Amino acid sequence: MGLFDKMKERLEDFRRPGYFKKYDHKWTMVVDLDKCNGCGACVGACYAENNLPVVGKDESGKGRTLSWIRIERYVEGEYPDVKVKFIPVMCQQCTKAPCETGCPVYATYHNQDGLNVQVYNRCVGTFTCATYCPYDARRFNWFTYEREAPLDKQYNPDVTVREMGVMEKGTFCIQRIRAAKDTAKDEKRAVKDGEVKPACAQACPTGAMYFGDMNDANSQVAKLANSPRRFRLLEELNTDPSVIYLKKVMKDGSSAE
Amino acid sequence: MAHQPNSGLSYKEVNEDIFSIMTKTGMRYYLVTGLFAALAVILFILPWAYQIYKGQGVTGLNVPVFWGIYLVNFVFWVGVAHAGTLISAMLFITQTPWRRAISRGAETMTLFALVLVSLFIFIHMGRPWNFYWTFPYPTQRQIWTSFISPLTFDVFAIGTYTTSSVIFLYFGLIPDLATLSHSATGWRKKLYSTLSWGWRGTDNQWHVQSKACMFFSAFIMPLVVSVHSIVSWDFALSLVPGYAKTVFAPYFVTGALLSGFAGVLLMLSIMREAYPVIKKYVTDYHYDRIGLMVLVLSLTWSYLTLMEVATGLYVNTSQEMEHLKYKLATPPYLQLFSLMIFCNTVLPLIYIIRKVRRSVFGRFVVPVFILVGMWLERYLIIPNSLSRKFLPWMWHDYAPTWVEVSISLGTLIGFIAMFMIFIKIFPIIAIFEVKEDVGIPNKKDRH
Repeated sequence: MGLFDKMKERLEDFRRPGYFKKYDHKWTMVVDLDKCNGCGACVGACYAENNLPVVGKDESGKGRTLSWIRIERYVEGEYPDVKVKFIPVMCQQCTKAPCETGCPVYATYHNQDGLNVQVYNRCVGTFTCATYCPYDARRFNWFTYEREAPLDKQYNPDVTVREMGVMEKGTFCIQRIRAAKDTAKDEKRAVKDGEVKPACAQACPTGAMYFGDMNDANSQVAKLANSPRRFRLLEELNTDPSVIYLKKVMKDGSSAE
Repeated sequence: MAHQPNSGLSYKEVNEDIFSIMTKTGMRYYLVTGLFAALAVILFILPWAYQIYKGQGVTGLNVPVFWGIYLVNFVFWVGVAHAGTLISAMLFITQTPWRRAISRGAETMTLFALVLVSLFIFIHMGRPWNFYWTFPYPTQRQIWTSFISPLTFDVFAIGTYTTSSVIFLYFGLIPDLATLSHSATGWRKKLYSTLSWGWRGTDNQWHVQSKACMFFSAFIMPLVVSVHSIVSWDFALSLVPGYAKTVFAPYFVTGALLSGFAGVLLMLSIMREAYPVIKKYVTDYHYDRIGLMVLVLSLTWSYLTLMEVATGLYVNTSQEMEHLKYKLATPPYLQLFSLMIFCNTVLPLIYIIRKVRRSVFGRFVVPVFILVGMWLERYLIIPNSLSRKFLPWMWHDYAPTWVEVSISLGTLIGFIAMFMIFIKIFPIIAIFEVKEDVGIPNKKDRH
């Protein structure tokens, strides 16, 4: 078989629907906007779990907070007749991620679980990934951020503390995924549905966030993904995100995005 | 070749004229060069050190405007570099007579513009000390660069461009340096005779030299088009509204040549004022030709600007319209856009009149406006498109901080200082090429 044929076969392979079945997992998050009350517990949980720096009042005012997940709020209409909509947005772990094509040094790439991962040590800070990201999910370490005295003992030992000048973004709590996979391997079984829970999903008081493996047809996310309320953010861009939202049902029965 | 601009000069006169530019240095020149070098250190090196120490946070960059005026300067200087390449490559191959007196100056401009281009790549990086990771070199860690990234294309494009420009400039310098080593004394003699590699001007040497120049012209010619196309793909290969446009490659190339020729015009005019002896070589005839070139490029650029906006209107998604509204109708940018159109489309039309092409206004004022306009064009594309990306919650207006402004100014001043030092060491007018105009004995059998 010639080189060209091999390449063609690989390309066709990639386009086949079950491509990711080759891998162990296809991690997916489902956010039920009907359940979400916009409390922001997921944001706080992410800070605690992933060693996110707290940037202070001034920097925060400029919009340079490093939260990997944010609650976007949109207000529609004039005062008496106001509609407020909100949606939690994090890294969408796109299957066809625009950020990956931008990085000249492979600091961001697609891993075996269908996740879009960021290698902090490799990042040189060209900002290309963040520029290309349609969801503005990427955050940059503008300065060296240090925690004050007692708080520096509070770092999560499972997560790197990023240095100044590197890009970062939501990981679906990859350290928890890794731990669950290790345990499963030791016990010679597959990872069970619900065994992995990212910090945001764990902290959500209304249980609006579900996390699981899309390759497992019986998982909760696979079932929820078939919901008629399903949509994905900026789906028209063909980035094929791994975060699935379920529309909110309004009083009059209509759905709101 | 109806018009021979420099006839009536003798070889001796040419040698002496050009040598006098290099050696006759007044106190004022030293003072100005020293001042510029000092300013470059204060305005560029110190703020950059501060930025490296503190982090990119000292700039006005933010989520999602991650590309600010550093990238604007990067693209702008790649553009300015382009005229040198066009003059040395395309006009060399077509044997255009008016390129001879201005080619060395334009090539020098290319070289120093490319120095700034490389600098701005490092300046805008978050961790510039790791810049070598972008080169594909064999490493024990077995990590390679990503060849699908337009930034990797950039590394190769700019690398090829710099290398071939330096080689081309140097090949052209060899006969001149040999000529100069005859009349020079002291360190100059040592330097010139070393760098000219024992050039004696034999038929064989001329043959090899002109072959080499011809080869490199042919080699550089595709670069005129490809380098800036590749730079434009940094933007065009993304999804961002305002970036993702197929018209970007020709649009950027035309803009690059426009700003490049404006740069050449301004540089020649300033040099002519500083050294009236240059007026013998760079004549009204040259201004005539370059002015026409600028006119054509300006018209092409205007057409492509129209196409750029029209493409946005044709796409007609809400994001694209939001971007266009921001760029064309929001107060600070509405004025900047109008200014850009005035500088690049309206004002260069004045070059239609022959008298203006030769006047002080046409030589000094119009090029400055074009350069400003071209800088604005890049500004209106790069940070401005990012200000209005997809999710309205993240929209953010960008304004550069003092660090960015200071570094931009400092590098510009550094560019001028480098140029001023260069023209004291190397001939800024190609001696042997000017002699061709006078009538070189072996002119007929060059090939």
